[in-house]
Amino acid sequence: MKSNDLILQTSTRVVFFIIFLFSIHIFFAGHYTPGGGFVGGLLMASAIVLLLLAYDFKTVKEVLPFNYLAMTAIGMLIALTTAAGSLVFNVPFFTHWYDYFDIPLLGKTSIHTAMFFDIGVYLVVVGITLTIIEMIGGDN
Amino acid sequence: MTEMLINSLIVIFISVGVFFILVTAIGLIRLPDIYSRAHAASKSATLGVMSILIGVFLHFWLIEGNFNPRIILGIVFLFITGPVGGHMMAKAAYFSGVPLAKETVRDDMAPLVDKEATKKEQL
Repeated sequence: MKSNDLILQTSTRVVFFIIFLFSIHIFFAGHYTPGGGFVGGLLMASAIVLLLLAYDFKTVKEVLPFNYLAMTAIGMLIALTTAAGSLVFNVPFFTHWYDYFDIPLLGKTSIHTAMFFDIGVYLVVVGITLTIIEMIGGDN
Repeated sequence: MTEMLINSLIVIFISVGVFFILVTAIGLIRLPDIYSRAHAASKSATLGVMSILIGVFLHFWLIEGNFNPRIILGIVFLFITGPVGGHMMAKAAYFSGVPLAKETVRDDMAPLVDKEATKKEQL
């Protein structure tokens, strides 16, 4: 029977963006408050799982056309590059560095290389979680 | 004086929340079937948790001076998802054939569900 999922689908459209924004917030707040790449990535993955629950695989694949395995690889590469970048400046592996920059729109902002490592963690967590779920849940 | 007013407001909000959650727990034990239990759980638990969150938000905002938008986001999130969760559980229970309470006098969904089932058989 074709079930009528109107209520679930409509509320998913609103709730997805709340979870998405909260995931971004948790990711950027990770340096000074609880949170970080891992929790943010899991929240993002759970938002996409909510989309998968409300709609089917084909629709979600059309809306978010990512190759999650490639996303994992890119995340690993970013994390490794951040760690290896310190070798260029003749300091030990994994040495982090920060400075203040004048970014237009945001003003004076401190940028820390740990953030790029966290971006790598974020991408790996989202990619791995959704690869597992696609492999278990996919029909074909 | 203001501090006492604020504190009593916080106490009222949190007490109302705890009261509603207690009512939810009693309703889950006392009510006869899954539909009335879902009615008790999704409505008053949502209201209770929202009320407690409002109390916590007021405490941190007015007493500790820390405006925390995450609590407002949590209230909005609960307000949207709590009833939807109750709706989905009741719907899943109905379509998997959970019996209604003995006191039920009318079932408006039954003819609709039968029609869908016969339509599927014809196809």
